[in-house]
Amino acid sequence: MERVSYTPEAAELLRRLRESHGPLMFHQSGGCCDGSSPMCYPAGEFRTGGSDVLLDELHIEGIAEPVPVWMSAAQFEYWRHTHLTIDVVPGRGSGFSLEAPEGVRFLIRSRLLTNEELHSVDRSAP
Amino acid sequence: MTRYAAPGTDGSVVSFEPRYDHFIGGEYVPPATGQYFENPTPVTGQAFTEIARGTAADIDRALDAAHGAAPAWGRTSVAERAVILNQIADRMQANLEVLAVADSWDNGKPVRETLAADIPLAIDHFRYFAGAIRAQEGGISDIGDGLVAYHYHEPLGVVGQIIPWNFPILMAVWKLAPALAAGNAVVLKPAEQTPASIHVLLSIIGDLLPPGVLNVVNGFGVEAGKPLASSSRIRKIAFTGETTTGRLIMQYASENLIPVTLELGGKSPNLFFEDVAAANDAFYDKALEGFTMFALNQGEVCTCPSRALIQASIYDQFLSDVTKRTEAIVQGHPLDTETALGAQASNDQLEKILSYIDIGKQEGARVVTGGSRAELSGDLAGGYYVQPTIFEGHNKMRIFQEEIFGPVVSVTGFDDYADAIKIANDTLYGLGAGVWSRSGNIAYKAGREIQAGRVWVNNYHSYPAHAAFGGYKQSGIGRENHRMMLDHYQQTKNLLVSYSDNALGFF
Repeated sequence: MERVSYTPEAAELLRRLRESHGPLMFHQSGGCCDGSSPMCYPAGEFRTGGSDVLLDELHIEGIAEPVPVWMSAAQFEYWRHTHLTIDVVPGRGSGFSLEAPEGVRFLIRSRLLTNEELHSVDRSAP
Repeated sequence: MTRYAAPGTDGSVVSFEPRYDHFIGGEYVPPATGQYFENPTPVTGQAFTEIARGTAADIDRALDAAHGAAPAWGRTSVAERAVILNQIADRMQANLEVLAVADSWDNGKPVRETLAADIPLAIDHFRYFAGAIRAQEGGISDIGDGLVAYHYHEPLGVVGQIIPWNFPILMAVWKLAPALAAGNAVVLKPAEQTPASIHVLLSIIGDLLPPGVLNVVNGFGVEAGKPLASSSRIRKIAFTGETTTGRLIMQYASENLIPVTLELGGKSPNLFFEDVAAANDAFYDKALEGFTMFALNQGEVCTCPSRALIQASIYDQFLSDVTKRTEAIVQGHPLDTETALGAQASNDQLEKILSYIDIGKQEGARVVTGGSRAELSGDLAGGYYVQPTIFEGHNKMRIFQEEIFGPVVSVTGFDDYADAIKIANDTLYGLGAGVWSRSGNIAYKAGREIQAGRVWVNNYHSYPAHAAFGGYKQSGIGRENHRMMLDHYQQTKNLLVSYSDNALGFF
């Protein structure tokens, strides 16, 4: 059971970003102007630690390694009952996320996990 | 009613240049790569100017200019610096309408607000720090036996500032005024969503500062913000934005051992105790307006009172009254002085707000009013408009815990004082809060118990200079808007002087 999925458009953008920037990672942001958005960085650019949880790893066709999706553990407590889909929309910038210069922005779409799904993901990571 | 002519049309008070380069060393310099990006107005979605797409080479050039200017600027007398800040304020005052319309066009916010709040506050901010730096004193510690410690405030040197898009000119000035007053040279990167109005400001005040003291490099976060924040040639970085970028900036700062100030948003509770409804009077009317403040600046404020907590005994009546108040909000053309609710700042911002409205509905929150994109007609059809929206639900829902940054408030009830404080503090953030009560004792107690850096009591969304503003918890580090911000742009020099003629006798 997955916690995070992606749209075909997001996958296509990730393939392009992978070509120009190497291996990638996401960290879900919170708060203020560009917050509540997934930030995409070169893998390792953003230092994760004990205050973060690894939500999922995206396996994307054409990208050799999985793309990890992180979130702060405190924020995860309020998000754990939802399933996330990484999508992309036209837009302008956000923090230091890699896609901004392309005139697009990653966006999180959410749906509630069913009770069955919730039971299943709570047994696995994170 | 006044409708300001749109920039680029006959009769407009402001005319944007077709293209803006970087402002470095007192002059405009094209970007090293020769690349530009289009800047649309959120009012119509149409591009109105193009902006230099800065990269590390441009940041380096700006840092060269800043390092060239910083030593002399830091030695300038505080009287001289204060005069310049006051001159900046005077020029802005004389061009208030120009700046207000430019900011409104760049950001989408109603001109009513930029005329009455953004620009006047920015002007006053320069005046405040002009006064604060004159009044600042060092210290003398008389240690004894002719040993005296002198404490001087010295500038840091060259500092970096990354500005958000929600108040393009005001947020720049919040950071610029204390930094310049303290004697620093600045490299500033405006938000890529609202990069234009600061250049209108520069066209008005750019000649007042010595070349290189203020440098503006536009561009995207990853291409221009990152090389600035991670540069070993800045002595401090200031950022307003969100938590993940805030952490990343702290990581870069740790590599260079430099201080940071961060303002990272919130999910501010607005508490309405039952005694607000004790009479249907002017105070009650003020409280209703206080609730409706969630829609100010289209909700694009870090302190947006986006969680309204209403005591159970007055809940139904109060919610019904504030719903009427919310439905009376005039949404329309941002350059119309009657408009109270304008456009969201960008398309991705619009999409994000709609995605939150969606998850709110899925989680079972009830839409009391609004709940959709606002479809405006004519040339506004391509703009980014959202209906002012009231949700009713509970504090564990994501719409109660995440900053939507739109005109969306999530309402829940509380039983008693203890319940109110528990809900108010059940959040990751601690930037702002509101407390409404006719009882001074309740208001005082609640104000002290809420874990937030700014608690408005019987008012909301007021941002005068002279009142410290900054976050508790995950909302940031530092206090803007107050002379204590000078400390964040200064370092202390201690001169330890012996006035004794005698050896210690150690050797």
